[in-house]
Amino acid sequence: MAVITVRYFAAFREQAGCDQETLTTAHATAGDLFAELAERHGFVDPTSRCKVAINDELTTWDASLQDGDQVLFFPPVAGG
Amino acid sequence: MVSRFEIVAEPIDPRRLKAELEHQSAGASVCFEGWVRDHNDGRRVISLDYEAYAPVADKEGQRILEEAMQRFGLCAARCQHRAGALQLGDCAVWVGVCSAHRGAAFDACRYIIDEVKSRVPIWKKEHYGEGDSGWINCVTGQAS
Repeated sequence: MAVITVRYFAAFREQAGCDQETLTTAHATAGDLFAELAERHGFVDPTSRCKVAINDELTTWDASLQDGDQVLFFPPVAGG
Repeated sequence: MVSRFEIVAEPIDPRRLKAELEHQSAGASVCFEGWVRDHNDGRRVISLDYEAYAPVADKEGQRILEEAMQRFGLCAARCQHRAGALQLGDCAVWVGVCSAHRGAAFDACRYIIDEVKSRVPIWKKEHYGEGDSGWINCVTGQAS
């Protein structure tokens, strides 16, 4: 089990009703954790359109989670 | 060589940014400005909020500029993107490059704005004339 801090941005923050939460998880990857939280909070954007960063570095959905990581879930971006 | 991306909270000053591009080997400079417009997808837009996560946005933006410098052989590349509440007509994003010849400058400027829009963690919330609002690109973003 790993203790992870998750941060939400933009639409995800509004849907989750908070900008971060700390949880203990048995999920091995960022993608597995996202799937659980997406279901809990009602995120419907597919991971193919979203991004994930761990400890301020963009990474891939199959990145493994380590105890103490800060995981950032980014909904589809829309700069410009 | 100048190659710098920044998320900024204050209004963009294109004249100052353009001055940073000056380079004696450059024979061409191309700039792009993205402005806040009054409509999108058939709806009347009255203002926009941009949210950015700067620790990651600055790094990814910098990576894009460095890719462009190398790929197009630029002399300089500069980009700023606003965060916060913007009004109609405000400059939301500024991209400027210079290179020896015009072809590379046009291509690089286009490359940078396209990559910034698809890769950098910046989100846009539109406020509509009817009083509601929504996050652009998000299926989940029908906030009211």
